[in-house]
Formats: sequence, C-alpha cells, structure tokens
Amino acid sequence: MEAEVVTPQPKSEVVEVKKSKIAIIGRKIRKDWQLYTLLVLPIIYLLIFKYGPMIGNVIAFRKFVPGGSIYGEQWVGLHYFNMFINDPTFWNVFKNTLTLGALGLVFTFPMPIIFALLLNEIRSEKFKKFVQTASYLPHFLSIVIVAGMILQLTAVNGSINALVKFFTGDTISFMQQAEWFRTVYITSEIWQGMGWGAILYLAALTTIDQSLYEAAKIDGANRWKQTLHITIPGILPTIVTLLILNIGSFMAVGFEKVLLLYNPLTYETSDVISTYLYRVGLESNNFSYATAIGLFESIIGLVLVLSANTISRKLTDRSLW
Amino acid sequence: MQESIQYKIFKVFNVSILLLIIFLTLYPFLNVVAQSFSSEAAISSGEVNLFPKGFNIDTYKTVVADSMFWINYKNTVVYTVVGTAISMVMTTMFAYALSKRRLVGRKALTVFAVFTMFFNGGLIPNYVLINSLGMGNTMWAIVIPGAISIYNMLIMKSFFENMPEELEEAAAIDGLSQYGILLKIVLPLSKAVMATMILFYAVAHWNSWFPAFLYLDQKEMFPVTIYLRNMIAGATGTAAAGATSADNLTQLAANIKSVTMVLTILPILTIYPFVQKHFVNGVMLGSIK
Repeated sequence: MEAEVVTPQPKSEVVEVKKSKIAIIGRKIRKDWQLYTLLVLPIIYLLIFKYGPMIGNVIAFRKFVPGGSIYGEQWVGLHYFNMFINDPTFWNVFKNTLTLGALGLVFTFPMPIIFALLLNEIRSEKFKKFVQTASYLPHFLSIVIVAGMILQLTAVNGSINALVKFFTGDTISFMQQAEWFRTVYITSEIWQGMGWGAILYLAALTTIDQSLYEAAKIDGANRWKQTLHITIPGILPTIVTLLILNIGSFMAVGFEKVLLLYNPLTYETSDVISTYLYRVGLESNNFSYATAIGLFESIIGLVLVLSANTISRKLTDRSLW
Repeated sequence: MQESIQYKIFKVFNVSILLLIIFLTLYPFLNVVAQSFSSEAAISSGEVNLFPKGFNIDTYKTVVADSMFWINYKNTVVYTVVGTAISMVMTTMFAYALSKRRLVGRKALTVFAVFTMFFNGGLIPNYVLINSLGMGNTMWAIVIPGAISIYNMLIMKSFFENMPEELEEAAAIDGLSQYGILLKIVLPLSKAVMATMILFYAVAHWNSWFPAFLYLDQKEMFPVTIYLRNMIAGATGTAAAGATSADNLTQLAANIKSVTMVLTILPILTIYPFVQKHFVNGVMLGSIK
C-alpha cells in the first residue's frame, strides 16, 4: 500500500520517502506501545544488574577505595594487570583452572554420551525410565548438599575409605591432600551431570530413522556396526553443538563447588582463578586487583565462546547463532 | 529377529553396568539417610554405609527443636516464593514482547539480552554495585540480581513465537488490549511452559547459597543452605575429634550434618517424581532455539 504512494515520486523527493518511512516506524511503535511498556522493567534490570557491573570493571584500571565512588578514584592504567602477570600464585591458579577445564572435557563430557548409548540398547521401557529418572536426581541438589555428601563420603571414616581400608589396610585423607583434589572434583562432576547431560542425546537417538537399522541388518551389520555407522553419526550434530558449548565455558569451572571443597592444604591443585580473586577481593579487600583478574577471565571466556562458534560454523555448518 | 551370542552377552553386561551406575548415583543419598539415623560411635568408627547402625532419632529431635533451623528454613521458603514470582513476571514480560516479530527493535533487544549470557561483570563489580545500591543485608540482594535468566527467557520466547497468530488477531478484534491478550489468551495456553519455568526458577532459588553468603550478615536472614554450609565448614575435622562419650552433644556433632541435609533435600525429593518430566521438557524446549 505504501509502495503505491512512494513509487511515482521523483528522485528529488527522497527526503519525503525517508520521512514517510520514519512515520511508518513511528506508527508501528505507537500501535505497540503496550508491548514496549512490558519491556521497560526488564531493560532497566539488564542495564543496572548486567551492564552496570560490566562498566564497574573500570576499577580494574582505577584505584578503588571501599566506601568511595564505585567507579574508583583515579586512573592507574595497567598497574593491576602488571601485578597479576608478575604474581606466581596467579599463574598457578590459571594452570589449575585450565587443568580442571581440560579434565572436564576429557572425562566429564563423554560420560552422558556413553550413558545414552548404553540406555539406548535397553528394550524394556520401564527399566529405561527408572534408570533415567534416578540418574537425574543429583542435578537437583544444592551445591552445598553435594559438597556435604562429598566430604562425608571421602572422610576418613566415610564409605570410600571403608573400601580403601578393605583393600589396602590403610585410609586416605582425600580432602587434605592436593594430589586427590582433581580426582574428587571430576568424579563428583560426573556424578552430578551424567544423567542430566544424557537427556539431549536420548532425544536425538529417538529421531534416528528406524529403517536405517532394518537396512543395515539385511546387509548383515551386527549391533556394534550399526552403532558405529548409524547411531553415532545420528547424534553427531548434538555432540558437536554441546561440545562447542562446553569449550565455550571451558574456563568456567565450578566456582561454588571449589569454594566449598577446597582448603589451604589443597590450594596447590584446587585453587582456581575465581576462588583466588574471591579471596584477593573479598577477604583481603583488594577490589581493583581482583577485578583485573576477573576481567581477564571474562575476556578469555568470551573469546573462547566466539572462536568455538566460528570454528564450528566453518567446519560443520552448525553454530549457536 | 535373531541375536548373536555376543549381543546377548553384551545385554547382560549392559543391564549390570546400568544397575551399578544407578546404585552409585543413589548411594550418597542412602549413605546420608543411614548416617542421619545412626549413633555417633558407629559413624566415627566408619561402620555406617548403606544401613543405619545404632538406630536413633535423637538428632532429628534436636535439629527440629532448633529455632534457628526453622527461621532459616522459613527464609528459604520466602526467598524461593518471592524470587520465583519476581522472575516469572519479569521473564514473561520480556519474552512476550520479544516474541512479536513485528516489534521494532526486536533484534537489537535480543542481542542486548543474549550478550549478557556470554559476558558478565564479574564477582567484584557485582558486589560493589549491590552494596552501593543499599541492597546488602536485605532480601533484595538475594531475589533481584538473578531475576531474569536469559536462558529461560529464550525458552519462553520461542514457545510464544510458535503460537498461532490468528488467536491474537481474533482477540484484538474482540477489543482486547495487548495486556488482555497476554493475560487472557496467551498465558492460559502456556500452562506447560509456565510450570517448567516456575520449577526452573524455584529449584534454583531453593538451592542458592552464594548470594546469601556474600550479602547477608545476620543469622536471622540466612537461608537453610547457609545454615548447612556453616555447619559443614565449622564441623570439618572437629566432629570426629570431639567424639569421646555417647553424650548428647557428641551425638549432635557427628550426624547433625546428615540430618540437616536430609531435611533440606526432603521437599525436593518429595516433589521430584511428579515434576521431573517438566524439567526434561524444559531442556528439550531450550535445545530448539
């Protein structure tokens, strides 16, 4: 309708056309003003509580005095960044963060896939349902409860040590020894996430065309071959998508869990970037220094997400956006 | 259909593995329950695994009689209800407006929201902000900063997007305002996704402890997760050391943690069988995006 009005206009009246475009947009906005009122509170919320702290990161470059301006007092340039680059503790926690992230990718990530494949071979729907329902349960626990359970199970008089004692005659104080922290952490991650993580794989498995299996059977492929050539390729897109997500959150190790489980005896392996900056910032009141470390971590996180996404789009044509 | 011997062997092996997985998944729960009913002496000598030893309910009586436990428990309920209500109102408004394809600025606003999923301000700037807003030591520090989960908002948005547009057109002809359409037409048709969202938010609030740990100083305001956290942190290493007699206090020290854990998980365990399918639906909806 608008086009009819616009087309016969000579070129000299482009301005008029632009005006009418703006008028159309204006009319659209006016017509939907009620929708915009719905947006007011959410946008204010995002500005204050999400973008506010992002701007608050300027204190990484400014001297901050508790009780003073939340944006700091004066510029100090890269002072705090130089500080952590020359801080040996920082490099240790950086290494620990990478190690836990890498161990997570190698050990935690494949577990839901294996679990889903095993579950896929079960014919009894009832048994399948039961196993699945039970496997989600740990996902719904507060991390405080999870930590409580871990401490209880790994205690010197706990169940794991009952087994250790049975086989070796001795006990291990798991949570007091740096060399055990990673094992305990990764095992508990698997415990918490395996069942829940399998949901999407199980859903993908149900979408595989059953006639493919029939055809394979006629060709004489056994169940293992079918798994290798039909099942796994069938869920590969899901695996790739979740792998990108995982690589993207590589650095985001479970801050709350580490905070609840670690102690000075295990700092050597358990202390990660987020727990270190927590202590530097909130226990030693060195806000600017902690913010600089946090900003560094956030930027690495962002770069990881963006590059994982780009690589995946180029290699597999799949991306998150 | 014929099956090879190998596949039959595999099936037996597979069922055994899955049973073992389920046993290991449930074991920590069983262990906590067993310890909560056991005597202090049996726990500290490491005899309590699957079943209670020296059965008693003394610690349950003690914890239930502790008024601070109930004050904190009540706080958890209040924070969960208020927090979930705020989250639902905010998320619904946001998701509904963004679900309208004709909305001018829709794309930019979506990017504006999604960006916060991948880049956040970090611990210290958040802490400074909340305290400078005067929200420290108030309930608002617990229920406001996490009000909108962008992930949940996107799930809801994609659900609204899939609703037939004719519904809304018909409603508009009947003279309903945008608010009327949302409240009287869209929401009644979205019960399933709303139930899922309420559960997502409620469980997150119920389980949350860190904001309370960061922003609250007064015991009377703590949620039960902090009650438990302080017990775990305080009792580490000392519980076993104090265990000399079967007196009531040492009984307390040894298994009070287990009792508190059981009482905290209980509501989740009770509703879990009935609501777990909603969670699964939520994950599926989320993956469509």
